[in-house]
Amino acid sequence: MKETFQKLLNTYGATGREEKVADVIEEMIRPYVDEIHRDAMGNLIAVRHGQGKRILYAAHMDHIGFIVTDIDEKGFLRVHNVGGVRKLNSLNRHVVFENGVNGVFSSEADPDNSHLQDLSTAFIDIGAKDRADAEARVRIGDVAVYAPDFFELGSDMLAGPAMDNRAGCCVLIETLKALKQRTNEIIAVFTVQEEVGCRGAMAAAYAMNPDLGVALDVTLCGDTPGGPKIAVKAGEGPCVKIMDSSLVCSPKVVRLMEDAAQRAGVKAQREVLTAGGTDASRIQLTRGGVHAGVLSIACRYVHSACEAVSLSDMEGGVKLLTALSERNVD
Amino acid sequence: MVLKELCALRGVSGNEHEVRDFLLEKVRKTADEVRVDRMGNVLALKKADRADAPTILLDAHMDEVGMIVVGVNDNGLLSYDTVGGIDSRVVVSKHVCVGEKAVPGVIGAKAIHLQTAAERETVLGHSDLYIDIGAKDKAQAEELVQPGDYVSFDSDYVEFGDGYVKARALDDRVGCMTLLRILENRYDVNVVCAFTCQEEIGLNGALAARFGVECDAAVVMEGTSANDLGCVEDHQKVCSLKKGVAVSFMDNSALHDRQLFARMLEIGREAGIPCQVKNRVAGGNDAGPIRSSREAVATVVLSVPCRNIHSPSSVAAFEDMDAQYALTDAFLRQAANCPTHRS
Repeated sequence: MKETFQKLLNTYGATGREEKVADVIEEMIRPYVDEIHRDAMGNLIAVRHGQGKRILYAAHMDHIGFIVTDIDEKGFLRVHNVGGVRKLNSLNRHVVFENGVNGVFSSEADPDNSHLQDLSTAFIDIGAKDRADAEARVRIGDVAVYAPDFFELGSDMLAGPAMDNRAGCCVLIETLKALKQRTNEIIAVFTVQEEVGCRGAMAAAYAMNPDLGVALDVTLCGDTPGGPKIAVKAGEGPCVKIMDSSLVCSPKVVRLMEDAAQRAGVKAQREVLTAGGTDASRIQLTRGGVHAGVLSIACRYVHSACEAVSLSDMEGGVKLLTALSERNVD
Repeated sequence: MVLKELCALRGVSGNEHEVRDFLLEKVRKTADEVRVDRMGNVLALKKADRADAPTILLDAHMDEVGMIVVGVNDNGLLSYDTVGGIDSRVVVSKHVCVGEKAVPGVIGAKAIHLQTAAERETVLGHSDLYIDIGAKDKAQAEELVQPGDYVSFDSDYVEFGDGYVKARALDDRVGCMTLLRILENRYDVNVVCAFTCQEEIGLNGALAARFGVECDAAVVMEGTSANDLGCVEDHQKVCSLKKGVAVSFMDNSALHDRQLFARMLEIGREAGIPCQVKNRVAGGNDAGPIRSSREAVATVVLSVPCRNIHSPSSVAAFEDMDAQYALTDAFLRQAANCPTHRS
């Protein structure tokens, strides 16, 4: 699993610009699924046929970033956020574009810290001589993300950019590899544009018309000093979401997931989040309504360049999801 | 000119019937099939000149921002709320029309002589402002209006300067005009023109329209905010008048299809049609629900830059409207090989 994860973390995939990471995932899962296609938004949709219910899993591929809105005469790039990327977390950080162009995210001088939240004074420096030099390498509409830079944190954790949500993608890929039974029709969707409002999941869920939907995503973690107030700890197992600000999970799905965890011998935590949202919110409201839930991986420092997750939580997630996929979910 | 007629029509969100009736009369002469859906959207199909052609959805919204009467006060003044986004600073001392009978009214505020120093520094909100219809009391006002009546700005259509026009509702009657012009042509793709309602209050009409139309790609026609007056840094201008039609890569409601975005700029370059990239992410539009509702579809937005948008005195340039039409027309002429994702 670690190898899969590292490959995902090293691949570019910004919100709205997910093609490269989709290519990598498609290559990884092809031997384990029966059908695979992409829709007009770029969702990667794979199906592993089975007898029972249509279970849709959604893991978003996209990573928050900065979209270039303007290039000035000196070759500096002005940007707008794509998703919840914060200026404060990003100052003087290494960022990278899809074509590999490196940049430094920085800001106009701000001696009294009066525009720490204001992106209109931020810019990206790609070391260009002038506008023409910059335009030869980057175009308006290109998106920069925090450059890949993961490292081991203690014996069980990995920290770096894009854990949100390559962790979820990794759990889903490893689950597809682990599946043996064909109890249910498994629809694995690697979604786009989650970070701007779960837009990819909305279209994919409509198209695939599932009976049951589970999003795989990271969640906040309450185990750091003065951290978010949530009873979730890294390393204590995958989380079964009860609710967040975008949905109340179907009690049926919660029950099925907790039952699957027990049968797989996985210790799981319950997660009640008073903020945030995931693809499950849109899946739940598709067509006439879908039983929806979320399997979350606890993540410290979400939406920073040092998101940290536990590998054992992810391994537990694979076991839970495999057990869920191979049981009767009526 | 059709724009003058379109801008004379009152069509605050949810009350678009004047605009709809006008458009229906026009499109029935040019389109092959016309229907009105249950939301009140007008859907006009112009069939391709060949079978098995892809279908392109074109969208422009009929509605405009305005106000609605929420109460009639004892002194005969009307309390109102906004329908769509209106800056309270632009409404003071403006002439409005209330209700189906277009009762004249004026939005009033305390004269500068009577304001304290603190009041002069404060922006009055809509809840501090009232519509004066010249009634002496509640009973007299109620003979003319009632809560729920729509209120629209009353502002003349004026062509001025070197190819500019000032009017209310340029957002998005300019888009409606472009669609009317497109429907006069026939292409080798099917073209469905959706004239939508309720864009300004949450993109509601387009959501319903999308479920009623099978399509392979969608292009949204808009009027968008130009921030090119005063000392504005280049990267804050959004777009500028007389620099052509503005092509969007992203809005608050959608990240657009990259190929479609690139293709529009390429067509513009090849055909010599003035275009500019909308260089600030601001506002949302019908492309949001179209892109991700039902099955996913590729979208892009082509906008006419408008100064003072969402006010009684929006300003746009005719040459930018011509560029919006020309780029749409040129795109449709080569859209037959448009990549289709329809399953």
